[in-house]
Amino acid sequence: MIKNSTSLLLLLLLFNQQIFAQDINVLLANIKTKMSKIKDYEAEGQMKTKVVFLKLPVAAVKLYFKNPSKFKLKTSKGISFIPKGAVNVNMNSLFNEHNFTVIDAGTDNINNVKVRVAKLLPNDDNSNLVLSTLYIDPVNLLIIKNKTTTKENGTYELMMNYNKYSSYGLPDEILFSFNTKDYKLPKGLTFDFDDQSAKNPLSKTNKASKGEVKITLNKYSINKNLSDEFFK
Amino acid sequence: MFSLLQIELFKISRRPRTYIAFAAITAIVLIFQFAFKADGESYMNLMLQNVQDSFDLDKSKAINGYFMCYIILNTLLVQVPILVSLIAGDAISGEANMGTLRLMLTKPYNRSQLLFVKFLAAFLFTIFLLVWIAILSLFVSLLIFGADDMLIFRVKGDESQILQISKDDVLWRYFAAFGYAAVALTVIATLGILLSVFAENSIGPIVATVCIVLFFTIVSNINVPIIDKHVKPWLFTTYMVGWKGFFYIGIDNEGQPIKGSLENWPAIRNSLVILIAHIATFLGIAFYSFQKKDILS
Repeated sequence: MIKNSTSLLLLLLLFNQQIFAQDINVLLANIKTKMSKIKDYEAEGQMKTKVVFLKLPVAAVKLYFKNPSKFKLKTSKGISFIPKGAVNVNMNSLFNEHNFTVIDAGTDNINNVKVRVAKLLPNDDNSNLVLSTLYIDPVNLLIIKNKTTTKENGTYELMMNYNKYSSYGLPDEILFSFNTKDYKLPKGLTFDFDDQSAKNPLSKTNKASKGEVKITLNKYSINKNLSDEFFK
Repeated sequence: MFSLLQIELFKISRRPRTYIAFAAITAIVLIFQFAFKADGESYMNLMLQNVQDSFDLDKSKAINGYFMCYIILNTLLVQVPILVSLIAGDAISGEANMGTLRLMLTKPYNRSQLLFVKFLAAFLFTIFLLVWIAILSLFVSLLIFGADDMLIFRVKGDESQILQISKDDVLWRYFAAFGYAAVALTVIATLGILLSVFAENSIGPIVATVCIVLFFTIVSNINVPIIDKHVKPWLFTTYMVGWKGFFYIGIDNEGQPIKGSLENWPAIRNSLVILIAHIATFLGIAFYSFQKKDILS
């Protein structure tokens, strides 16, 4: 009995070591294969924007993806402020759109999950993408975090939580962080009503140059032959 | 007294200058609507500035009827008080100038009743003017530009903010704002009547009211700390923009607007009380002075 248990433990350790020792290109190929099961999807959810100068209500959003790299994020109603790099929330596009040289950057720990770190350098010199760093859960073949640096829109960071759709590699929650520039209107331009609330010291401490968008997705419709109309 | 009010309203309706006010408002609003229909995006680019570097926004949706009304009301901040003073500044001095004041006071009405009716007529003119502004700037704008969420661009202390109010949370704010504007413009009407009591011709009180409003409005919008602290609280024009407080939506701890809320209702209420106090003071002085006024010379 003890002998059997020891063998099982050794086997598990060996398997675990093998996972963390496997070639990063193989790992990425496995993730790509997993994602390639998705031809298209439509997802519904809510988008919460946290930017110091923007006071926006929670927006109902829809995400559309179609192979190889068509992606659209739309709000169901009202005016929407969509972050410029929002297209990066879709990992499928990242793999299908670019050819990379992959560098193995070792391992890391995110929320008590041991992850492999892969740095993706695009082969095309004219690509808007400069560098993408993926933090991969090698056991479940899921991308937990992604840091992307682009030429035009700066650096973005994505944190993804998986639940119901993890078998497809589709997250239930995406936290998208990005840099914003300070917004300043000239005083006197807007003839504002001074209600004295600006004297509150909180308004000063809130200042930050980082914006955050949290997208919570409740429902995915996968491989339903999505029309091209949605991407216009 | 109702018949006296009818006579006053009839007199106002017969004066060409009454219609100048309505024509001026119509022209200003229509020009604004045309300009924004033709090239509203330029204005939006100015207000959004570098926000566009980080976010994509459908600007055509942002320029909607609700947004247009807010922009127009902001612009009419100086013009409408001038138009109100055209009528109010003439209330007593116009009668004195034409020599009809003595004649009117031979009727079985006392001086207080006459002044009260003059005030009521000026107040009703202000309400008609506001209703006309509401029809043109809000309802016609909604017809031309449609309805959608409303964006408010605001400077709060050292910070600039963009507030978004949901489409179904806007209309009640306009009704409240127009109600507030009625009180604010009544201050101008009573100031005009007060100055009118002391004059023997219409030009003096009208020009004086306009000058006071212009000077106070300019000072109210100068951003110098010493003026902010020691001068602005004493100017009634500081509180006239309080209608905007209805569009400063309350924000929760996460930075999201709370539907149906106001950021600072006590500030709006206090401003409203101060404006009503001005009306009472101006009217009180006008009643007192009119009782003492020599109408025989």
